[in-house]
Amino acid sequence: MYDLIIFLVLLLLGYVFGQRAEKRHFKSIIEREKQLRDILVFSERKIPEADKVEGTLVCGSVVISVDFFKRFVAGLRNLVGGRVSSYESLLERGRREAILRLKEEARERGAQSVWNIRLETSSIYKGSGQSIGAVEVLAYGTAAKTR
Amino acid sequence: MIVTNIEAVPGKQIVKHLGLVSGNTVRSKHAGRDIMAGLKNIFGGELRGYTELLTESREEAVQRMIDQAKAVGANAVINVRFSTSSVAAGAAELFAYGTAVVVE
Repeated sequence: MYDLIIFLVLLLLGYVFGQRAEKRHFKSIIEREKQLRDILVFSERKIPEADKVEGTLVCGSVVISVDFFKRFVAGLRNLVGGRVSSYESLLERGRREAILRLKEEARERGAQSVWNIRLETSSIYKGSGQSIGAVEVLAYGTAAKTR
Repeated sequence: MIVTNIEAVPGKQIVKHLGLVSGNTVRSKHAGRDIMAGLKNIFGGELRGYTELLTESREEAVQRMIDQAKAVGANAVINVRFSTSSVAAGAAELFAYGTAVVVE
């Protein structure tokens, strides 16, 4: 009985705080994406007019944890199969945040664009059982600064 | 030392290839951070301690790669790639590799 109560409390806490954190995070992502819109990001490998720019490596990374509620929903989804939308939003948040941090570093270095951007995702912290506890997203690329 | 992840150094000519250079580091976090991470696993959100740890270790890996490149007499590293793997519970390996070149 106590186990069930603890489980339900954790589920509720996860839902309330998780949803709130996610909403706040998305809001701040959209806000910062507007501010950093002038820094362009390309997955193109060749920089046009390469002789006029200076290139340096820039990285941005973030580790985001899932909440208890999401993990539970994903576990249920595992039974029937299909889209696990609770993890989709988690990964989307991670990617956008990583790209934002990359852009911030590029701006600090005075660059106007970032080329050959690569995104890498890895689960670094295993939670209980098979479920992922946290994902790390790394974005890296070459920032180009006009000489 | 110029480090890029494209095949060339912008605006410079590559005169000599010196082969692959790499740098790695295995880090684990202390127990306090693990407990915090456990809590965050209920509430969700960013694990700042882990982000910092991984950023620091990645810088360390890049630094080791640069040291190796300097040792073979290169002045730039091109085509840099990163890879992360968890070797054991609570420890992660950060690996950076690239091609050491001489540019003029």
